[in-house]
Amino acid sequence: MRGETILFVVFAVLALVTALNVLVQRNPLYSALSLIGTLASLSAVYMTLRAQFIAAVQIVVYAGAIMVLFVFVIMLLNVPKDQPQVEKQKGLRYLAIPFAGLLIAETFTVLQRLPARSMPPLPASGGDQAVGTTWSIGTALFTDYLLPFEVTSVLILMAVVGAMVLARREND
Amino acid sequence: MAPLTWYLGLSALLFTIGAVGVFIKRNAITIFLCIELMLNAVNLALVSLSSFFGDIGGQLFVFIVMTVAAAEAAVGLAIIISIYRNRESLNVDEVDNLKL
Amino acid sequence: MTALLLEWTIKIAVLLGVLMTAVAYLTLLERKFMSWIQLRVGPDRVGYWGLLQPVADGIKMIFKEDIIPLEANRAVYLAAPAIALIAALMSMIVIPYGSQVNVFGRVIDLHVTRMNVGVLYVLALTSLGVYGFVLAGWASNNKYSLLGGLRSSAQMISYELAFGLSMVSVLLYTGTLDLASIAEGQSGWYGLKWNIVQFPLMFVFVVFYIAALAETNRTPFDLPEADSELVAGYHTEYSSMKFVMFQVAEYLNLITSSSIATTLFLGGWNGPFVDRFPLLGLVYFGVKVLALILLAMWIRYTVPRFRYDQLMRFGWKVLLPIAIINIVITATILLLRS
Repeated sequence: MRGETILFVVFAVLALVTALNVLVQRNPLYSALSLIGTLASLSAVYMTLRAQFIAAVQIVVYAGAIMVLFVFVIMLLNVPKDQPQVEKQKGLRYLAIPFAGLLIAETFTVLQRLPARSMPPLPASGGDQAVGTTWSIGTALFTDYLLPFEVTSVLILMAVVGAMVLARREND
Repeated sequence: MAPLTWYLGLSALLFTIGAVGVFIKRNAITIFLCIELMLNAVNLALVSLSSFFGDIGGQLFVFIVMTVAAAEAAVGLAIIISIYRNRESLNVDEVDNLKL
Repeated sequence: MTALLLEWTIKIAVLLGVLMTAVAYLTLLERKFMSWIQLRVGPDRVGYWGLLQPVADGIKMIFKEDIIPLEANRAVYLAAPAIALIAALMSMIVIPYGSQVNVFGRVIDLHVTRMNVGVLYVLALTSLGVYGFVLAGWASNNKYSLLGGLRSSAQMISYELAFGLSMVSVLLYTGTLDLASIAEGQSGWYGLKWNIVQFPLMFVFVVFYIAALAETNRTPFDLPEADSELVAGYHTEYSSMKFVMFQVAEYLNLITSSSIATTLFLGGWNGPFVDRFPLLGLVYFGVKVLALILLAMWIRYTVPRFRYDQLMRFGWKVLLPIAIINIVITATILLLRS
């Protein structure tokens, strides 16, 4: 069990460092690459939570498709670096840090009061159908949660049509 | 096995970093990246609670959230491309046509 | 615990050694095969029958001058070939090379690791491999490289869909995502249980193989990097060992795609007498992968190249609907059988 804790700590620190790097970098492409690092670290954290399907799908969908889309757009639009001296309301950015500190303090006071809980043990046999495996997600998706599944497909169709219409050049 | 509070704490920290990014940054694409970071923080909270309570619903919700995030990224980037074509700039401070 | 670590280390070391040698000699095989198809002899000066040619090529490449363009983005420029190579190498650890052998009283599985989401892992690494090419094109600070890199990665992303969906038909049929279980499920019956012979899956093999050829940027889908088009695409500005890394990554991608096709469709390590001599599984696997690689090379030297818009149209309007229809047909057949 110590091994999993060490793995969690390593990847949690990596996720936090890359997430901070997203803020720190001026060039949007470096921010996007740091976010890819965060997504990969989170996928490893999902693995320590025994959520294998979600971990793999996170890399396939998020890091492998959504972020590729971001990187394409950044390269095609040739986005310039941030220039801090042309800001309009400079004072507002210094408000963000105290508010962030307040938010973190609030969440940590709530988390202190949670009762300690450990993960349920793996079933002795039938580990193939435990929570987190593809079998469990597949059966639940097509029985209890069929309506969200079908609605999501319509949503993606809307997004495809919308993106094509919005990004088209008005030649005429 | 790391206790549940550690996972939820990591989720809270990532969410806060994303929120700070949305406040501080003025490049539309970087703001969008920070929004994706916030979505991932929420995903982490959902998956950790699902694993610790043995309920598959959390992970299914994450599946749907990822799909919706993909759709939103596609449409959002299309909008950003249209704004860039009209204005030649991605600075959100300059997209203020509706101001009085 | 230490025995397990030692086992993993030895397996990874052997796998790396075999793969790197295979990639080096694939370059020679490609040139020899090309020359036979074109009715000439091919390289045979260096060493008997040209067998030292890869060594000579390697030494030449090491001694070439390492040029980095002045305005290139250094960190990304240096990392891009590494990303392409890492993504290509990491897929090889889930592929089953054989069943089980008994060494010094210890049962050793002939695969590096056994993931129960093996197929998804392979898909994830294919998606991550795209970054190597798109970042290489951008970091070179050269408009031809940028266009070549964007075209190449757009092509890879489009064919990833057909690649993944054709695998879904096989997954429906076998009911598991674990590559080792898929290979084990095709044992017995003198080859009649191989997935390529099953009725709903024979056409998916064609779709999968074409999508795999497009994924690895092989002809007829190699417009973005062909020598006569767009200068040389995303690896225009790369020289010496970084260029070698790209070439190695390309051949490794070919080996990986052929290995996955073998495991999913051709029965992996199965063959006659493999239950009595498990090490024969390695031989059968090697022969099948070699056959698929030779098929890819044969296609390369016979078929002309697709134009880029024809390529994209083929991927989206022809291959993707065929893969989806095949999923529907497979699901219907499975439903009617049960």
